Amino acid sequence: MKILAANRLTDGETVWLGAGDCWVETIDAAHVARDKAAEERLLATGSEALAANLVLDITLVDVEVADGRILPNRLRERIRAGGPSIHPDLGKQARRVARHAA
Amino acid sequence: MYRYDEFDHAFVQARVAEFRDQVERRLSGELTEDQFKPLRLMNGVYLQLHAYMLRIAIPYGTLSPRQLRKLAHIARTYDKGYGHFTTRQNLQFHWPKLTDIPQILEELAEVEMHAIQTSGNCIRNVTADHFAGAAADEVADPRPYAEILRQWSSLHPEFSYLPRKFKIAVTGAERDRAAIEVHDIGLHLKKNDKGELGFAVYVGGGLGRTPMVAKKIRDFLPEEDLLSYTTAILRVYNLNGRRDNKYKARIKILVHETGTEELTAAVEKEFAALRESELKLPEADIRAIEAYFAPPRLKARPEGDAVVSEATKTNPGFADWLRRNATTHRHPDYACVTISLKGIGEVPGDASDAQMDAIADLAEQYGNDEIRVSHEQNLILPHVARADLPAIHAALVEIGLATANAGLITDIIACPGLDYCALANARSIPVAQEISRRFGTQARQEEIGDLQIKISGCINACGHHHVGHIGILGVEKKGAELYQVTLGGSAREGSTIGEIIGRGFGPDEITDAVETVVETYLANRESKAETFLDAYRRLGPAPFKEALYGHEAKAA
Repeated sequence: MKILAANRLTDGETVWLGAGDCWVETIDAAHVARDKAAEERLLATGSEALAANLVLDITLVDVEVADGRILPNRLRERIRAGGPSIHPDLGKQARRVARHAA
Repeated sequence: MYRYDEFDHAFVQARVAEFRDQVERRLSGELTEDQFKPLRLMNGVYLQLHAYMLRIAIPYGTLSPRQLRKLAHIARTYDKGYGHFTTRQNLQFHWPKLTDIPQILEELAEVEMHAIQTSGNCIRNVTADHFAGAAADEVADPRPYAEILRQWSSLHPEFSYLPRKFKIAVTGAERDRAAIEVHDIGLHLKKNDKGELGFAVYVGGGLGRTPMVAKKIRDFLPEEDLLSYTTAILRVYNLNGRRDNKYKARIKILVHETGTEELTAAVEKEFAALRESELKLPEADIRAIEAYFAPPRLKARPEGDAVVSEATKTNPGFADWLRRNATTHRHPDYACVTISLKGIGEVPGDASDAQMDAIADLAEQYGNDEIRVSHEQNLILPHVARADLPAIHAALVEIGLATANAGLITDIIACPGLDYCALANARSIPVAQEISRRFGTQARQEEIGDLQIKISGCINACGHHHVGHIGILGVEKKGAELYQVTLGGSAREGSTIGEIIGRGFGPDEITDAVETVVETYLANRESKAETFLDAYRRLGPAPFKEALYGHEAKAA
């Protein structure tokens, strides 16, 4: 299974291609491609966004889905999805905590 | 320190305006990423895992309080309240928005700073001894020459598209604190028998994928020939360096493949043609640049001995800090102070905006308006009266920066690693933090004595692991982090590349492995006076291998 990751042009924020071809800021909302055809669709949409200068560095990322949560296989992508492991107070993980607390 | 003249101001302002325009064209879609990437890199803008990263040049690691306050302001206003000082004496912000970067550069220009040539295949920020102009063992201040090199190399048309990046370091003391032998060019400023200033020239050092110690190709180059000789080296490299393979493109590979003798001959031939050209430095020009670096007028403060002696008796924390973090100054009433950015369990090299502001205040109040960044990722107040040391220590305690560990096992160099960097394969900082906590008590660190641990999260070696007494390289193996240990490296004069000791260790094993290495040293050293590095050089790898892997051999 794969998802499509990129960085947003304006601020570099890591984003993933979500439902309705929207770029989403949390990995949980990423659209999971479960076959080759779906992967190609992700890449095609990503390439359009790249050409439209919305995002850069589009990459397909291998993931597993467990208990409804999307978990990248590689540590690199897991850190990208959360934030620096040394700073739980920074990056997306911090927002997640803040949301849970709210 | 150096002050911009009208030309410098106009030059940097023009660059800011140019980059502002380029960013606008990128945002409007007029420039594609392929077109924009080389432009942003020329202005120090990278893309990392979570955001863009902006690398700001701190020429030869020298900062004024005003500049440090500006960095604090940028951290607070445009970033997440902190900055990361690097092994190239630069500062990185890890979270700037592309849309804010032109404004950040505009603000930097107000304090005579920029991010030009902090990336790309050009001559990078020239680095120098962090105690330059202050250390007791110095022949002369290396920074005027670093500044001459900076001016000459900025946007140098011939050397803006080299085969690969190019790093120059300068030291003015026998004791090499600038790691010159692991730079593309290392310059050792010294005096000849007649008392004239000149340089021993080293070429072809470097770390990364293929670590090499530089070769000395000139024992004494007169100071007036600095630019003609450097040009000769760069010209030989630019013409002959390999452009077919990125991994073989650094000058170290050219030196290695050509042979030192043949390469030296080529450089000397080029130099002979250039020596009497406009590159010859007029005496008056050298002295004019030197005047910018005139040492501060240091008033006699003979009460220092009594003040320090009293504080040492009454405050053990001060005594520890004095022992480790104060270095002998050429003026007997003064000291160079190392402000450790390596608090126990903290992120090496990080400083918050509030800490930067507070250090700027200290530099103004006690430090003759000077701050340095060391390649060891600490900050330095180079000219402090010994009589003021207790007050500075107390102020540093207040802001959490009084850790008494300069040169000790917890004074670890670490690259940002996989927590930030898009090139990294493994994390560096958490490893540094765990080692720091394991060895963090003052008594234990001091019992171990001088020991440098350097950690990189990938083969590019920004964390200088090859020249760590204990080096740690993070790699990715089967999707997991694995840490390879090297022993016996050193970046001091007579640099050595560490040797890989054996199979790597997982994240849960690496701190134990370091502890095993340290315990083996403690058990085998001849006396406390024999440092880890001396002991390793005497003993070789065998006892360390046995301690780390012996049980495996027996089990097999």
